[in-house]
Amino acid sequence: MHKKTIAELANDLKNKKISAVELTQHFIDRIKKLDTKLNAFITLAEEKALKDAKRADEMIGNGKATALTGIPIAHKDLFCTQNIKTTAGSKILSNFIPPYDATVVKKLDQAGTILLGKTNCDEFAMGSSNKTSFYGRVNNPWDVNTVPGGSSGGSAAAVAARMLKGATGTDTGGSIRQPAALSGITGIKPTYGRVSRYGIVALGSSLDQAGILTPTAEDAALLLEAISGFDEKDSTSVDQPVPHYYAHLNDSVKGLRIGLPKECFTKDLDAEIANSVYQGAKVLEKLGATLHDISLPRSQLGIPIYYVIMPAECSSNLARYDGVRFGYRCENPKDLNDLYERTRSEGFGDEVKHRIMIGTYVLSASYYDAYYKKAQQLRRLIYDDYQNAFKEVDIILYPTSPSVAFKHGEKENRISMYLADIFTVTLNLAGLPGISIPSGFKNGLPIGLQLIGNHFEETKLLNVAHQYQKATDWHTQIPKGFE
Amino acid sequence: MKWETVIGLEVHIQLKTKSKIFSGASTTFGADPNTQACLIDLGYPGVLPVLNKEAVNMAIKFGLATFGSIQKRSIFARKNYFYPDLPKGYQISQNEFPIIGEGGYLEIESDNHLPKKVRIRRAHLEEDAGKSLHEDFHGMTGLDFNRAGVPLLEIVSEPDMRSAKETVAYLKSLHTLVRYLDICDANMQEGSFRCDVNVSVRPEGETVLGTRTEIKNLNSFRFVEKAILYEVQRQINCIESGHSVTQQTMLYDVNKNETRPMRIKETLEDYRYFAEPDLLPLVLTDEMISKIQKTLPELPHQKQKRFINNYGLPDYDAKILVTDQDISHYFEEVVKNSSAEPKLIANWIIGDLSGFLNRHKLTIQQSPISPKELSVLMDRIQDKTISGKIAKEIFEAMWHKEGSADMIIEKKGLKQITNLSEIEEIVRKVLQDHPTEVTKYRSGQERLLGFFVGEVMKATKGKANPKLVNEILLKTVRTGRDLSL
Repeated sequence: MHKKTIAELANDLKNKKISAVELTQHFIDRIKKLDTKLNAFITLAEEKALKDAKRADEMIGNGKATALTGIPIAHKDLFCTQNIKTTAGSKILSNFIPPYDATVVKKLDQAGTILLGKTNCDEFAMGSSNKTSFYGRVNNPWDVNTVPGGSSGGSAAAVAARMLKGATGTDTGGSIRQPAALSGITGIKPTYGRVSRYGIVALGSSLDQAGILTPTAEDAALLLEAISGFDEKDSTSVDQPVPHYYAHLNDSVKGLRIGLPKECFTKDLDAEIANSVYQGAKVLEKLGATLHDISLPRSQLGIPIYYVIMPAECSSNLARYDGVRFGYRCENPKDLNDLYERTRSEGFGDEVKHRIMIGTYVLSASYYDAYYKKAQQLRRLIYDDYQNAFKEVDIILYPTSPSVAFKHGEKENRISMYLADIFTVTLNLAGLPGISIPSGFKNGLPIGLQLIGNHFEETKLLNVAHQYQKATDWHTQIPKGFE
Repeated sequence: MKWETVIGLEVHIQLKTKSKIFSGASTTFGADPNTQACLIDLGYPGVLPVLNKEAVNMAIKFGLATFGSIQKRSIFARKNYFYPDLPKGYQISQNEFPIIGEGGYLEIESDNHLPKKVRIRRAHLEEDAGKSLHEDFHGMTGLDFNRAGVPLLEIVSEPDMRSAKETVAYLKSLHTLVRYLDICDANMQEGSFRCDVNVSVRPEGETVLGTRTEIKNLNSFRFVEKAILYEVQRQINCIESGHSVTQQTMLYDVNKNETRPMRIKETLEDYRYFAEPDLLPLVLTDEMISKIQKTLPELPHQKQKRFINNYGLPDYDAKILVTDQDISHYFEEVVKNSSAEPKLIANWIIGDLSGFLNRHKLTIQQSPISPKELSVLMDRIQDKTISGKIAKEIFEAMWHKEGSADMIIEKKGLKQITNLSEIEEIVRKVLQDHPTEVTKYRSGQERLLGFFVGEVMKATKGKANPKLVNEILLKTVRTGRDLSL
């Protein structure tokens, strides 16, 4: 049951081969059995899931089912869910039960999906390994001694282990695509503004974007379509019609111009990863696409720019966690400063404190021009690089991550951890959509291939990814012990 | 040494929108604590601001009315600081790129009674914070977030004022304007019109500004004036005694009539401003601006000019009448319905009517005498049915709802006696009854004329037309002509 696509399951549900309650129970049983090895969930919503499944069965019975009715999913614990604890992976929100649903949550709920629970993630989505979560590390189902990637590590591991059909994630600098790559699944980060940010705990507001993690591009098309669209509650969401992604999955890729940036395929790149991704490009070439060498001359600036802008925004976004209105509050504060200091120093983990300090520093009056202002100016150049490239090609292809899943405890050095995002952050800086799909293995660990489109080209990304997946079987592989 | 005072103002006006600047919560004043604060106002995780277009329109209105430069592109910025009544840990404001740029001004009367332009440096949109309540919480602080997110327009003047009087003139002019524009209730007590006063002094003739202090907590024009007078003297004393003025924030203590430094130790605040990533730049088009231009009402200075030109009113009367839009409407209603001289009507509104309203703490809209009713009374004065003195008596009766002017005149028999022979008859009787006074008058004590007038008025209960009484007396008392004495 858990190996079928969403479309196949929807068909089975419609034809009463299986009920939504049975399907939900099947996945809950899997989670209970398997998640002890992974720790992908922070909260299980079993009771609500079964109740919603009954409602889904009624919808199906009434002929009111959508393509997603009865499909079990989970939300990254950064999405506010009414009456279900939402922690953002942090101690400071360990007791936070939102009184409202994020727009994405509401949309999927209306489509009739079944929310099984909330997935683990790096604290406030800050990390590339899921080790910064207050609720414990997440293990990669391909090798439990390795990380699943981050920050949407719980979502990625849960999808890879087939504990649900799809999960939401958020991507500020690669947090959907990198864990998708390391966990051997499909992960799409849409264009900035495509999906409402309302109700998602903010990290870097100008970079954050919600997206989808699924086994396949075909599944992703259905879920992404459901969560996309303008939201009057998010002024940065864009008022543009949502295309019917699923209907275009089988469009021909003949004549599609694919760009391979020379800056991404250097001798520094792991040879096996380079080869896997290049072979992926060759697959598309066989399907009729043409390959082109291109240049993104300023892409090496991505990491330094990103690690100025993101902490600046996060230092401000996280100011609201002060112990006054919600969340964790220190015991017996003796005055206001004590309340602030202890609440925040007890409630936040190291990585969060580190970034708040960097952010506060780069925004301070004496350093603003040298760091924040400069970073914003350079950000524009990254955008220009991509726009120049898109004059010559339709999509761009390069690896998602410079390495496969690494061992827990590796990359303890902060800089080496930050460099794990080297292939992902530039898209966030430019607001572009990207998708990561499995393209092979190195030492039994998945490799991710990334496709990048121009703004609002999600249709094309999903179409190309699906065509690739029709021609390959990397995405159908399931880690041992989770078949 | 002679000292010059230099004053600049930051005025925060609460815009009269129905909902808050970034959320749909209501802005009504005086609701129970925290009943008008939604998740956005409370800064819950995940919520986002959405700009209230009505607040933008009101800011544009203000910019147009003060001839400021309306910026086609302005940017919201986060002002970061920690305080319990600031829910998000930052205030959404505008910093580098305000909606109204420089170029605007307000005209006031300067100390030497000449018109003076006070320049407005900028005006920007921002959200209000909540309120910390320090009483009734047993050593703890209570927080009321009803005010959090109420739209504010911060109006920053250049340091163009040179006295407490000019400052109050500017504030009053601003106060009148924002009420005309219907963008602010401008209630200083309720805090919908708040001002921070920046004061410094310098030797007369000096061009460099002295060190300034900022006075906060001023909730009436009178306190603004008193606080400035005190603070200016304090600064002068400070300098003259060999010290220098410290740049700091002062609070005005109403009870002691003094300014003193805020107790909170001030560290140099670094607000770490940066562009608010949750909101797009605010872009205005010419169409939007000209649409609002068309909705602008007649402004106080325009109306004042019209009152002077059309109604022949003196400057002083026109200025008083236009200060309150409702009063000016009332005035024009009376003028429209009456054939009396506008100046007479102005006198009555500025004098008797305002006096009664003040005594009964009523606004002109609550006046028991409508403009139409007053216009009848004005007509009766104009057509000499009654004298001005009797009119006061009728006015009071009208105030107490005893009927219309005509009804009261009729009922009380207050109609003026204008019949010549009737008055002559009374005059004759008065002169007959007072032969001694007549003799004295004739021997040169002419001030006794007033005595005779008084006697005639007494005899007619004030109804005799005073002009006729005078004329007849003058003719008769000296000569005895036409009088059978």
